Amino acid sequence: MTLAPERTPSHGSTKPQGINPRLRVQSDTPRPQRPALKKSGRPNPAAHLTPDQIEAIGVELDALRKEVMDSRGAADAAYIRKVIKVQRYLEMGSRAALLFSNVKVKGFRPAWWIGTAGLSVAKILENMEIGHNVMHGQWDWMRDPKIHSTAWEWDNASPASQWKHSHNEIHHTFTNVLGRDNDLGYGILRVDEDQKWSPFYLFQPIWHVGNALLFEYSIAAYDLELGGYLAKKNRMSEEDKAKFRADRDEVVQKIKRQATKDYLVHPALSAATGSARTTLTANVVANLVRNVWTNTVIICGHFPPGIATFEKTSIDGETRGEWYLRQMLGSGNISGSKAMHVMSGNLSHQIEHHLFPDMPSNRYAEIAPASATSWSATTCPTSPGRSASRPRRCTGRSSSSRCRTRSRAVGAATSSSSS
Amino acid sequence: MAEALATPLVPDDYLDLLDPMRTGADLRGRIVEVRPETADAATVVIRPGRGWRGHVPGQYIRIGVDIDGVRHWRAYSLTHRADGSAAAGIPAGCVAITTKAIPEGRVSTHLVRHAAPGTLVMLDQATGDFTLPTPAPAKVLFLTAGSGITPVMGMLRNHLGELDDVAHVHCAPSERDVIFATELAGHHDAGRLALSLNLDDVHGVLDLARLDALVPDWRERETWLCGPTALLDAAEQHWADAGLPERLHVERFRPSVVEPGEGGTVTFAKSSRVVEADGSTAILDAGEDAGVLMPSGCRMGICFGCVVPLRSGAIRDLRTGEVTVHESDEPLPVQTCVNAVAGSCELDL
Repeated sequence: MTLAPERTPSHGSTKPQGINPRLRVQSDTPRPQRPALKKSGRPNPAAHLTPDQIEAIGVELDALRKEVMDSRGAADAAYIRKVIKVQRYLEMGSRAALLFSNVKVKGFRPAWWIGTAGLSVAKILENMEIGHNVMHGQWDWMRDPKIHSTAWEWDNASPASQWKHSHNEIHHTFTNVLGRDNDLGYGILRVDEDQKWSPFYLFQPIWHVGNALLFEYSIAAYDLELGGYLAKKNRMSEEDKAKFRADRDEVVQKIKRQATKDYLVHPALSAATGSARTTLTANVVANLVRNVWTNTVIICGHFPPGIATFEKTSIDGETRGEWYLRQMLGSGNISGSKAMHVMSGNLSHQIEHHLFPDMPSNRYAEIAPASATSWSATTCPTSPGRSASRPRRCTGRSSSSRCRTRSRAVGAATSSSSS
Repeated sequence: MAEALATPLVPDDYLDLLDPMRTGADLRGRIVEVRPETADAATVVIRPGRGWRGHVPGQYIRIGVDIDGVRHWRAYSLTHRADGSAAAGIPAGCVAITTKAIPEGRVSTHLVRHAAPGTLVMLDQATGDFTLPTPAPAKVLFLTAGSGITPVMGMLRNHLGELDDVAHVHCAPSERDVIFATELAGHHDAGRLALSLNLDDVHGVLDLARLDALVPDWRERETWLCGPTALLDAAEQHWADAGLPERLHVERFRPSVVEPGEGGTVTFAKSSRVVEADGSTAILDAGEDAGVLMPSGCRMGICFGCVVPLRSGAIRDLRTGEVTVHESDEPLPVQTCVNAVAGSCELDL
């Protein structure tokens, strides 16, 4: 595999930049050995790894990335176009069914149930396997201007531009770094022992349920950095305030358009069959289902016990290998059927997604065994059996249970290749 | 109303599923037939969408073809009849282009060897000023080489009857490489035009001094020329030397070949800045140093917040060494934080 090209002496007029350490595996300066304990006194994840071992992981994962990215082709393009097509037909069909959602057959409204179920699935597909992944740039390589990170707008309250900033840029770069990655609990949940406790968190179950039900709006408020604005507005510069107001107007417009569609125009169309009210409830339910589902997938991907968090200072001068390591330690996978993977936008392969956020999502499953090899090589020695007593609500959530599931995956891959 | 129903998509996104060729849709076409012309050239017959506005013979269209999942745009001259009637085996209402597979030509090779009937392609409306004036000039010379015959064939199939005196000099590597050989010979035999073939394996590459022998009155003729760059350059010189540059009408097709280098010049077109950068400096850094207002994000290639359109040139990925060469006139969005200039490049910024 190729790393960054040889650095030749500059013949240009710009000052020599030095390559961003995250762009390559080797660091200019020797990296320190990780201390055994974090400042909080809790064990430092992967403290047993030497800097050389971490760089070796980087080399391995870069090679894996290159292999997949070089093999992207017509089959992948056909996959995303098919998902988009299925999603749009499903949405149109469901909305058509809802035009008759108040029609009763033996005291039962079949069109409501079919339309609501279909619309819920369509909204989940649009947000997860399509919207989230297209906005990650996973399909930019096709050079199709309609399926492109710069052009996609999704069926969600948060405008694409604001979501891309807070998700792609902040969350994916600073994954699980306390104080940098606000996705850790979204500012309302305490999900790691290293997060400071306050009485506010006593009511966490309530915040969580509210957050899950209203997830698209809380994500919009979160992407807008509404909390930060309310806390700091007296100290903000005029420029920052103007930026906030522009963003706020954008969110309000987006929410208005979304609500007009789901809660006004489509119900109005159903009025002819007396189905306006039932179409409205169907849209409300579909949005709630989508909210709870996406929230659950995300909670399982980052918040379960056994998933590591990091201190701000620990990422100073971070190399590519160290960044990869942090992504592996900071994410968790969910096992399930193929349908489950598609409905989660393949975020069930959260570890693979965090290692390679711009890799087409349909390829995560095939690299899971290979990335698991890197994973188990690095993380398993930390605490064998540590989490045996931990609850496992999401499969593969804690370090050692992930070790087990992933070792099995590697074993399976090995035995199938040798048979 | 339709927009309120479809948001955040637009109604077109749904209508495209039902009828991608409808009026008002982005222009698309469906390949009807790929007909071999020579061993390495083929005519691609395409039924265009209902938004097709027609063309003037001699003009070209841009075609967007998906190859290995990636869309590539190229320009090709049209060879069908502009009035939409059937001719030369091309069904009525279809457009036709003819292309020759060349070794580095990804799109031409794909069209000649792999394009299948039924495939949907993206199209642009016809454009170009390589056309005959009205009224047509009394004496005409067509000078063509290789697949440079295509725009001229477009003119011949539409206007040959209106042209009284046509001389045609066509160059090809050998006799079996002559595209439209039978059709041209038929016109020659019927006295509709005077064809001279210059075959490289018989006559050597055309020496323009031979024109005096092939078409003694070439100086009196309005000339339309299309072929490889070397021929175009030589002919422009030849006509200029004769003091007749206004008699020569040229169609230049071959895109300028980009040779990737290490480091080089980055041009920020909208902000009119040109900077030199080395092969290890991300374009993002080079631009910021030069005071260009660059969009940026993670600075490590994952967030796609720094993407801007590349207008031309070549860039190299600092992570993988992979070179991306801009080959068409369609702006190509690229990540500036993980790419360095490779030779030269121009950005839409």
